[in-house]
Amino acid sequence: MAPILALENISKRFGAVVVADGIDLSLNEGEALGIIGPNGAGKTTLFGIATGTVTPDAGRVLFDGKDITRLAPEGRCRLGLARSFQIPQPFSGMTVFENVVVAAAFGNNEREAAVYDRCADLLERCALAAKANKRAGGLTLLDRKRLELARALATKPRVLLLDEVAGGLTEHECATLIALIKDVRAEGVTIVWIEHVVHALLATVDRLAVLHGGKFIASGDPHKVIRSAEVAEIYMGIDADA
Amino acid sequence: MTEWLNVILQGVLIGGLYAMFAAGLSLIFGVMRLVNIAHGDLIVLAAYVALMVTQTLGLDPLTSLLLVVPAMAIIGYALQRLLLNRTLGDDLLPPLLVTFGLSIIIQNGLLELFTADSRKLQAGAVETMTYQIGTGIWVGLLPFIQFAVAVAVIAALQMLFYRTALGRAFRATSDDQSVAQLMGLDTRHVFAMAMALSLAVVAIAGVFLAVRSNFDPAIGPARLIFGFEAVIIGGLGSMWGTLAGGVILGVSQAIGAQIDPGWQLLAGHIVFLVILAVRPQGLFPKVSG
Repeated sequence: MAPILALENISKRFGAVVVADGIDLSLNEGEALGIIGPNGAGKTTLFGIATGTVTPDAGRVLFDGKDITRLAPEGRCRLGLARSFQIPQPFSGMTVFENVVVAAAFGNNEREAAVYDRCADLLERCALAAKANKRAGGLTLLDRKRLELARALATKPRVLLLDEVAGGLTEHECATLIALIKDVRAEGVTIVWIEHVVHALLATVDRLAVLHGGKFIASGDPHKVIRSAEVAEIYMGIDADA
Repeated sequence: MTEWLNVILQGVLIGGLYAMFAAGLSLIFGVMRLVNIAHGDLIVLAAYVALMVTQTLGLDPLTSLLLVVPAMAIIGYALQRLLLNRTLGDDLLPPLLVTFGLSIIIQNGLLELFTADSRKLQAGAVETMTYQIGTGIWVGLLPFIQFAVAVAVIAALQMLFYRTALGRAFRATSDDQSVAQLMGLDTRHVFAMAMALSLAVVAIAGVFLAVRSNFDPAIGPARLIFGFEAVIIGGLGSMWGTLAGGVILGVSQAIGAQIDPGWQLLAGHIVFLVILAVRPQGLFPKVSG
């Protein structure tokens, strides 16, 4: 079976900064991968390349065996690729419900009337039901993160890319989101999760990869990787140019 | 006193026309940050399309709207898809230059095809029918229809924006184009739909303009200015504000003209400048996100 999402030999530089240096990554359906790495390692750029908002200088992106390197972001969304942003980016002038409806309707090419029930369920699930008719721009950080998830889920993703969901949240807030993500995973959605809050990752993912200087320097069992020499080297500050 | 009431009433009614000039302009800027310099010339183009339709098919100008509106909408969709989408990006300048060029092309194309002669659409009896609505206060049927249509157009746009899937697509794209794409929105199609809608409104405005007064290929830029002024007086992003902006501009011009016929345009521009100076965000700006 072809991997659900694969990056093949992806390279990208912004001016003199290399953010992806021949990256290979392959994900099987149903897998949950965690990605860690210092700031500037190229983690978020990788999501941009996967979803089509960043064009790689070289390499291919494959979804379920199909080459999608030249497919526009909206086409990738409809195939089943969704992401959340580290800094939530809701459509701030629209209501919470409208945000989810837009994603559900256009993300699946469905009529609005056909998605209302599903959207209401999603808001319930993401603990946003009480705020459905509030303007998204007025939400708290936690609710914005919830909306970010709800909107991504509304597109019915087969692969969900999560960018630092836990950052900036309290322990308790974080726990509710982890529970939700585990839930989504249990439904068979493949997950790639970039996170600095390592315990959140360890509780959820079954593979952990370390990105550094545009390359994966370690990958494998989360608990082994986190204790590996490479991680120690990066995070303990031995390699100071990180 | 009734003389002044009449003047103000006429100003309000013409304001409806200005609001229609402005609505399409505001829609396009709102959805894709494109300042359409050719907007006024597209209004004039619609008037000539209506002229051809009425002459060849023998239709009444108001009936011709049934053909002119879809025709202009198709032109709008194609224009955006084939030309203007390619100019959009982080820089505001390319679309400005391209629509400026388009303005010149339309003006000269119309001059070539129709000469510089003044034209007018003949609507028959409806043009001259007037009703007395109070002692000494008269309303022409045509200006009244035009104002009612303007209110209906604004109401329909407002509804479309807040109650339909297409409207939500417009608002989402306007808010964040890149995120909208990630939610499955084909923004090139959304932009083309916005331009189609804008030119549908332009078609209505063009026909009423052409029934109301003489037109020739060169009057587009002045309509663009009226449209801009109405948008800015009303406040960007608010459709009802645009209607109010059109009405304020219309009333100012009518009062100016009553004082001295040479002051008609000047009075409108002065009121616009005063509002721009004391309240640059317009009178009814949309609550920002």
